[in-house]
Amino acid sequence: MSTVTLRDIRKRYTDADVIKGVDLDINDGEFVVFVGPSGCGKSTLLRMIAGLEEITSGDLLIDSDRMNDVPPDKRGLAMVFQTYALYPHMTVAENMAFSLRLAGVPKARRHERAQDVARILQLEPLLNRKPRALSGGQRQRVAIGRALVRNPKVFLFDEPLSNLDAALRVQMRIELASLHDTLKSTMIYVTHDQVEAMTLADKIVVLQGGVIEQVGSPLDLYHHPHNLFVAGFIGSPRMNFLTVTVTDVNSSATTVKLPGGETISIPVQPRNLAVGDRPTLGIRPEHLRFDRTNATIHGEVKVVERLGGETFAYVNLPGGDTMVVKTDGDTPVQLHDQVPIYLNGDRCHLFDPQGMTIPRAELRPLTV
Amino acid sequence: MSSTLAVKPHNTKTSKRQVATLPLVAPSVLVLLIWMIVPLLMTLWFSLQRYNLLNPANTGFAGLNNYISLLSTSSLWISIFNTLVLVGSVLVITIALGTLLAVLFNEEFWGRSIARLLAIAPFFVMPTVSALIWKNMLMHPVNGLFAFVTRSLGLGSIDWFAQYPMLSVILIVSWEWLPFALLILLTAIQSLDHEQVEAARMDGAKSTAIFRFITLPHLGRAIAVLAMIEMIFFLTIFAEIFVTTSGGPGLATTNLAYFIYLRALFEFDVGGASAAGLIAVILANIVAIFLMRLVARNLDV
Repeated sequence: MSTVTLRDIRKRYTDADVIKGVDLDINDGEFVVFVGPSGCGKSTLLRMIAGLEEITSGDLLIDSDRMNDVPPDKRGLAMVFQTYALYPHMTVAENMAFSLRLAGVPKARRHERAQDVARILQLEPLLNRKPRALSGGQRQRVAIGRALVRNPKVFLFDEPLSNLDAALRVQMRIELASLHDTLKSTMIYVTHDQVEAMTLADKIVVLQGGVIEQVGSPLDLYHHPHNLFVAGFIGSPRMNFLTVTVTDVNSSATTVKLPGGETISIPVQPRNLAVGDRPTLGIRPEHLRFDRTNATIHGEVKVVERLGGETFAYVNLPGGDTMVVKTDGDTPVQLHDQVPIYLNGDRCHLFDPQGMTIPRAELRPLTV
Repeated sequence: MSSTLAVKPHNTKTSKRQVATLPLVAPSVLVLLIWMIVPLLMTLWFSLQRYNLLNPANTGFAGLNNYISLLSTSSLWISIFNTLVLVGSVLVITIALGTLLAVLFNEEFWGRSIARLLAIAPFFVMPTVSALIWKNMLMHPVNGLFAFVTRSLGLGSIDWFAQYPMLSVILIVSWEWLPFALLILLTAIQSLDHEQVEAARMDGAKSTAIFRFITLPHLGRAIAVLAMIEMIFFLTIFAEIFVTTSGGPGLATTNLAYFIYLRALFEFDVGGASAAGLIAVILANIVAIFLMRLVARNLDV
């Protein structure tokens, strides 16, 4: 149980800057998820916290002790790797107790500890097996067990579920969530899967190109993205973006003209938008509706993806843009239909030409 | 082999499959059989004959006399002992040093690829050539580099092949085979999962512990295979001995291969040499059984 603080952390390889100044506070018992596209530096950042990569500059504090030059095993951390990295020639029990063995803990004590952890993770019947005799999910659990044995201050997870099949991934996700609830320890988790990020995190850190784009709770990121990148990254299918023209600005709302000619008014602060500017409008597929009476824009359906419970319709708009509409599973919409779409101005986001969000007049209250 | 008949229904009996594939396999099996069985049978036959090229009149069936006289000469036992010493020491030296060098060459350092190339180069030198280089340029008591160095230090010089004949041969053969061990073990070490090492570091393992608990177990299988391959070659070391010590002084460096050579081409005793050859085959098989056990256990992890 402890806090982790990053102060202007940077990582430079000989030819490139990978982490370009990261500041972050992780509170006691918090589940923090680093997300971002591949190559954004999220794994590097985790490995720097772990001590597997050197920190070029900046300060890493764990429980307010500077840890930059402390070796990995002395930082009080434990890490679960993407490939599990179990020791293939050791049994499950030996794998889990390896750190204790290196620390010179007597055999009986080691065994006892491995048993305790195995009980928590339901690994008891497997204690004498070698890793190769285990399934993917079991290996994953052993890897978590190996971390648990060390009783760390902070758990680090490096894409731990990406080698599992879809069904197992959901199951392990739930187990991880309940493990965090039981242990109440600080956890840092790296993933590129935003479902994992949204479901597990107390706090999501969105990274791109070695810088933090936004930090916030899952719903905060969903409803109040700071910029185009976060808006597009969080949510699936991703947010629709249209370039619009400002036709009127007043203190409570901005009116913009859509590619089809209709205008809608969006309740954002006026800031420095002027009539004639061309900002980007963003709206999530789940906030669009087929509605003949209130239609703001029309288009032709190009692709229909029916998932049973819901349907994604890809609609071609007059300007050449494509919009995804998420609708009911039993919607009667057909390929090549001309459909009317209703954009609710309340649900729209507006981004200035630099890609920054224009703040809403009133922030949507979050339930969490 | 099975691919030719893969289209057959699944419930076809395996015997049918064997009948159909047999003609395809038969030629190579036949050639192999002739290749191996005929010389073996001929050796076996000669070993039971009175057959000496110096005395053509003395022929006829000897029964086990060749074996009996061989097994009662101490020179055979000395050469068997020398063979085991030579094989054992070179195995230990090449595997131990090879493992350490593999760990070293796996590290990142400036000029690594050139260093690797140089380290592996001795393997491409012919045994006779390398033995001559060692004999005349390195270990020679007057002209050799070693003698030059020790004399410069005022330590006098060592006549390697007279004073430490077996050690000299061991050094030469080790020098030739260390690159091979390095090559095999280096490729094996490169397949070590990097995350395993990192996990061990997180668990508190320092470099010696990583070597002991992660690297060495990972190399176990490669070491067993390496030992097996090297064994096959070390049992028949000949050129190095022939070029340097000629088995001497006395019998100090006579191994089984050289002993057979002496019997056949110095004493022209074909019968006795054949008998010694078969003893060598049996010895090789005993060693091979032990090794197979070792490898099998390693493969069974």
